[in-house]
Formats: sequence, C-alpha cells, structure tokens
Amino acid sequence: MSTIRIGAGAGFQGDRLAPALDLAERGGLDYLVFECLGERTIALAQQARLNDPAGGYDPLLERRMRAVLPACARNGTRIVTNMGAANPRGAARETARIARELGLTGLKIAAVTGDDVLDRIGSFILDETGEPTSMLGDRLVSANAYVGIDGLVSALAAGADVVICGRASDPTLFLAPLVHEFGWARDDWARLGRGVLVGHLLECAAQITGGYFADPGVKDVPDLATVGHPLADVDADGNATISKLTGTGGCITRATCIEQLLYEIHDPAQYLQPDVVADFSGVDFTEVAPDRIAVCGASGSPATGHLKVSVGYYDGWIGEGQISYAGANCVARGELALDLVRARLAPLGAELHEQRGELIGVNSVWHGARGSTTAPEVRMRYAARCVSAEAARRVQEEVEGLYLAGPAGGGGATGGVREVLAIASTLIPASAVDAGVELLEVHREIA
Amino acid sequence: MRLHDIAHARTGDKGDISNISVIAYDPVHWPLIRDLVTPDRVAAHFGSFSAKDVTRYELPQLHALNFVINGALTGGVTRSLALDAHGKCLASVLLDLEIPVAAKTSE
Repeated sequence: MSTIRIGAGAGFQGDRLAPALDLAERGGLDYLVFECLGERTIALAQQARLNDPAGGYDPLLERRMRAVLPACARNGTRIVTNMGAANPRGAARETARIARELGLTGLKIAAVTGDDVLDRIGSFILDETGEPTSMLGDRLVSANAYVGIDGLVSALAAGADVVICGRASDPTLFLAPLVHEFGWARDDWARLGRGVLVGHLLECAAQITGGYFADPGVKDVPDLATVGHPLADVDADGNATISKLTGTGGCITRATCIEQLLYEIHDPAQYLQPDVVADFSGVDFTEVAPDRIAVCGASGSPATGHLKVSVGYYDGWIGEGQISYAGANCVARGELALDLVRARLAPLGAELHEQRGELIGVNSVWHGARGSTTAPEVRMRYAARCVSAEAARRVQEEVEGLYLAGPAGGGGATGGVREVLAIASTLIPASAVDAGVELLEVHREIA
Repeated sequence: MRLHDIAHARTGDKGDISNISVIAYDPVHWPLIRDLVTPDRVAAHFGSFSAKDVTRYELPQLHALNFVINGALTGGVTRSLALDAHGKCLASVLLDLEIPVAAKTSE
C-alpha cells in the first residue's frame, strides 16, 4: 500500500457532525478518526457510569455511528475513536446494536480497554499536591492512563472495522492505523515521530482547516460556515500531505498549519507520547496546491517508559452569579455591585476557598487589564469555590439579591451552582498497564 | 505598532499551563519579533505572572515563537473560577502588545 488516507471526524466531544459525514461519504478514506475526550471528559463519563453501569461512553456515540456507519461500511473506511470514554465495552455493544439495526452484517467492532488504572493508582504522587493519590480518599472518582497504540493495533490486526477505546493519547488514534498498515517497528523513532505529527495536526479537526483562526480583515477564512475537516495522505515513511475535500469551506495554509503545530505543545523538541518522544522542532510546511500542504521534518526518540494519568476528584462546589449594568456610569455601578457581594459573603469566611469578581466587558478574561472607566454596558460576575453546595448557593443568591438591594439599574441576573470535578496528574510505568481487546461481530438478526 | 499588525497567535492549554504561539506573517518581521517579544515583555504585558514562569522556544524556519507559561490558568481548566478557564483568549491579548516604532525603523 503506497499511501494511507486518514480523516478527522471530530476534534472534541461536541464537534460538528456534518463534516465527518461528508468525509465518510466522499473522502475516499481508509480511516476516519473521532477524537472526543477532553481532559475532564473521562472523569465526567466515569461519574455517569457510576449512576448507570451501562453508560459512561460518549453521549453522541449513537448519533455519530448512525450517521457515518453506512457510508464507512460501503466505502471500506475503518473507524477509530476514543468515544468509549469510561466504558469502551458498553460503547462497542451499543455500536453493534446500531450496526445490526442498519443491517451491517459482518461488521466487526472492537473495544480496547486497559486505560482505567483506578485500582492501582493509590501510591502514586500527584504533580499538583505532592501527595499520594490515596490521600484524596472518597473524593477520588477516576484514574485513566494515556495509553499508546498496543491495544488499537491489536484490534486492527484482528480485523476490526470499528475500534473503540477510552483514554489514549490523542495522536495515538492516528498513529495506530499507520503502524498497523505500514508495519513500522516499535523502535523506529523517526517514523513514529512523523506519525505522531500527523495525528497532532489532525486531532483537532477544523482547527487546521480555518477554525479557531479567523480574525476579520487580518486573517480572513473563506466560507467558514461550511468549514471542512482535514484529511492526510500518509506514505510509508510517515511523510504526509494535509488537505480537505473540494467544495468545503475554510482553508489550509502554512499559517493554519503552524498554529496547529504549536497548539498545546510545550518544548517542540520533546512532545512526550506513550510510544515515542516526538520532535517537532525541525518541522516545515510547503503549500503544494491551494488547501494542500506537505509536511516534513518531524523526528523522534525513545519513549520515556511512563504514561501520564489523569486523576479525577471532587473538589468542592462553585457558585456563580451575573447581573448587567448599562449606560451612564455603568462601570462604577458594576464595581459597587462587586463590593457589595464581597461584603455580604465575608461572614462565610473559610467556607469560601477562593473567590473572584469581575466586570465582563472590562476585565473578566484578563485580570491584568488596565480597567476602562467607561463602557456602553458591563456584566458583573462573581464566582467562588466553596466547601459546600449551601455556601455556593449563597454566592448565587447574593448576586440575585442585587436586584432590590444593589446599585441602580441592575438587570438580567443569572446564576448557578455546580460540583467541581477537578483533574490532577501523575505518571505510572507503562509496564503497569495492559491493553485488552474484545471483538464483537454483527450477525444477521434472527426474525 | 501592535504585535497584531505583524504576527498571529494561538493559545493551547494543559492543566495550569498555557502555551501561546506567536508567528510572523512576513519573514521580514521575524528578527523584530524574535528580539522584542521576550519572556520579560510577555510577563509585563499580562501583569499577572512573572517572567520566571515563562519559557520561550524558537522555531526559526517557521518564523515562530512558542511561549509556555506556568500557572497561567488560575489553578487549571477543571477548577478555575475564570470564565475562559482554558485561556483561549490569551493569544489575542498578547497581540495587543505594543511594538516600539523606533524598533521597526531601525531594522
């Protein structure tokens, strides 16, 4: 096989479905990859599974699979996804049910497990606290390792048409098909590094085709409303060209590629991955045709032998409220509102771990902003992280109370209370994680 | 002149760490960006963290810098009280950085 064509179906849990369906139907893809797990998504999924043992996988799984499975089956496109979240087996069973309904007899669906390390994480030290994970006690919700390609490659080798995992490093979802197809050695660091680059560039879907990019008058993007998702043609050495389907909106340029290359990267020479330490420091991009970019220059070195683990834990409650002021002297009235809420919450003392007040339109995003004293309107916002739901509710109530007992002309109060599911990190030896693969085959329904 | 006139930028996040890429539109401006957009200036511009929290990486073939800022996300995406907990807006804030016109004319 000279080249493999991989497309990005989703770059986050809530990503748009139409571009994925377009790729499935007319992309001529070998693989369609859905990356749907954010840093915290899996902890939320674990929470969902505690409430419903059959749940805990991506809530959009059914919609996505129902939409793309017929086209993928017709075109011989295999699907790789982390939509299994906290329950890959449940997700595989659900996908098999949908495939059966769609009449896709013979379809093979694999669940890849092994990322859940909750039962062996207790003694490992959290980066954030310097204390063992076990100190979290009953606040501990989940612990998932960012696993590498092993389970995914095994599933593909077993003939799976759809491979569903939970937590894996995002580029791994793209690297695994390349290793499977081209038979790259597990110590072929340069090719593994190039494969990681392909995955890194594609894993955020529209972020390389003009999404998260447009700046009117300076960085204009054509037809952003119909932005397409990217695909890569990758050769046996891991060299790739990135493009999108004709007729889709957006653009792929050197500029979009450079922005995505550095997205969520720290040291470009050392991008730590489960199977390789990728080196992006020498990467370059060439525009070979409009919306078609050749990628070169990635390399790699041996993996560290450790996997990052995201640990989900309960960390109190956040209460929040907002209210608007507009017109003459609105900034001063907004500031008075902040002072009032701060004073009225003061008796709660240590029940508030941390609090924050700001004026949206003046300094809500950037606290260092030199505050303007005039604005057409401001929205006062007050938030606090609290020990209890009751204390958090007080924050919301004190903002709402500004209607009658606050500055003149406050309107449109909103607020809410939510439990904090926080994420901390630790490392475990890769040898402490074993991948498991379970294969389901869709049989004809017996009437 | 503002940095926005000669460069584009993107923010990424991991835990409590923000990274901001700064990329020259025109290679002509790369030396200026490399010389003037220092960790000290970046820290002073934001005013909410110190230069020792900022690490800068250079990618000359791409005319790009990558700034990695520790502790930039008020405790991290999952427990921050900030509206923009990911710090997605920070790159655009950095593009407001003033570039001295004298520096431009002396290049």
